[in-house]
Amino acid sequence: MVYDEIARNRTKSFWLIVLFSIFVIWACYYIGIASGIGGGPGIFLGFFISLIMSLLSYYSGSSLLLTSVGAREADPNQYPELVHVVEEMKLSSGLPMPKVYVIPDPSPNAFATGRDPDHAVLAVNEGLLNLLNREELQGVIAHEMSHIKNRDILYATVVAVLLGMLILLSRFFTRFSLFGGGRRRSDDNGGGGWLFLVGIALAILAPILGQLIQMAISRQREYLADASGALISRNPIGLANALRKIANVQIPSNTTNGAVAPLYFMKPINVRTLFSTHPPIEERISRLEQMGYVKG
Amino acid sequence: MWIGIGVLAVIALFFLSQYNNFVVLRNRIQNAWAQINVELKRRYDLIPNLVEAVKGYMKFEKELLENVTKARADAMNAKGPAEAGVAENNLTASLRSVFAVVENYPELKADENVLKLQEELTTTENKIAFSRQFYNDIVMRYNQAIQIFPGNIIAMIFGFKKEEYFQVDLETVKDAPKVNLGL
Repeated sequence: MVYDEIARNRTKSFWLIVLFSIFVIWACYYIGIASGIGGGPGIFLGFFISLIMSLLSYYSGSSLLLTSVGAREADPNQYPELVHVVEEMKLSSGLPMPKVYVIPDPSPNAFATGRDPDHAVLAVNEGLLNLLNREELQGVIAHEMSHIKNRDILYATVVAVLLGMLILLSRFFTRFSLFGGGRRRSDDNGGGGWLFLVGIALAILAPILGQLIQMAISRQREYLADASGALISRNPIGLANALRKIANVQIPSNTTNGAVAPLYFMKPINVRTLFSTHPPIEERISRLEQMGYVKG
Repeated sequence: MWIGIGVLAVIALFFLSQYNNFVVLRNRIQNAWAQINVELKRRYDLIPNLVEAVKGYMKFEKELLENVTKARADAMNAKGPAEAGVAENNLTASLRSVFAVVENYPELKADENVLKLQEELTTTENKIAFSRQFYNDIVMRYNQAIQIFPGNIIAMIFGFKKEEYFQVDLETVKDAPKVNLGL
């Protein structure tokens, strides 16, 4: 049932934040010792950093992700059909109206984010609006609305933000140690190595978080969203046609990044992900068409 | 004795939560019904604008536009759900025939105002359908909740009655003029 999904997503998000904080505090403890400021202040610093990161990912996660892909709020006069279709699916699902954003990207795709249905955001690439007709767009929006309904958006957003921060930090530390570390070595001070080690540790941790993303956006979840989306729109064929059209065009995305990629309706074709996060399209289409035949 | 009080407290809490659940669902039903009326009203408001926008171009289709105006008036004055259902169906059908004819007028298809009204009416038609669908979904949940044991006991005590589904009379749908035009 949907209510089990909601509870599961909340619990998973909570434990992910706890685990992440423990890791940050632990890492800061060692950084404190290695850098000479001491383990105690290190723990204090780590606690502070993890608190800020957790609060950021929970309360501002969606705006961070939207900013990272350059999404802008959709003007109803400029995108009347999109806003209308979202309003239709809102009425049909009984959810509150999500904010609608448009991403200037020719690749046909969409994702939903936010911590709960009252703070949900639906972001749609311009390419999707150009490619799909009204019925197909309705199918995609209904799919995203069911991600909102099941609270998949909460866990996916928290994971994506934490992963994004880790990617940034690991780049920062490895670069910092390569430049700064070299100079220190010439001073015959071996202390530059710890920064490099932190960078490596973060680089190792990022794929582990990637694995968590896979759990967040597992194949079963996508099938579930396809099915409950079909229940919202009462039209599985619209979504099936949309999937087929999107699979045929293969337009690469020019706005997405590794952290946001798993959230999308379809895996962006030019972004490498370590794990497969999306089920095969043919299987999704055939399941949807079977639902359609039952109805017809 | 404490065990007895504990058991009573649990039963009382269960009654309370069931009762509240029924009230919440019943309010959602009323809200869903109000939403349908909001969309119906929106459609009534849009139609005169549409007639006004296309009147100049469609000199030879006067009858068509008169039909729409008449169907709108019938729907607004309809009494009772059965009569309203028929009138609403006629209105939808007459609107579709107007949009069918719009296809024959290149000037109309290029008119931004007409296009905008067409999009507005399309989404309003869809919203009417989807809010009816949601209304039925929520009525089903409510009816199920008050019929299933032990909720039915609480529903009986506090007088929660089954709600009616929104139904389209299949006979009138068959009678409605067949115009199929991807509205």
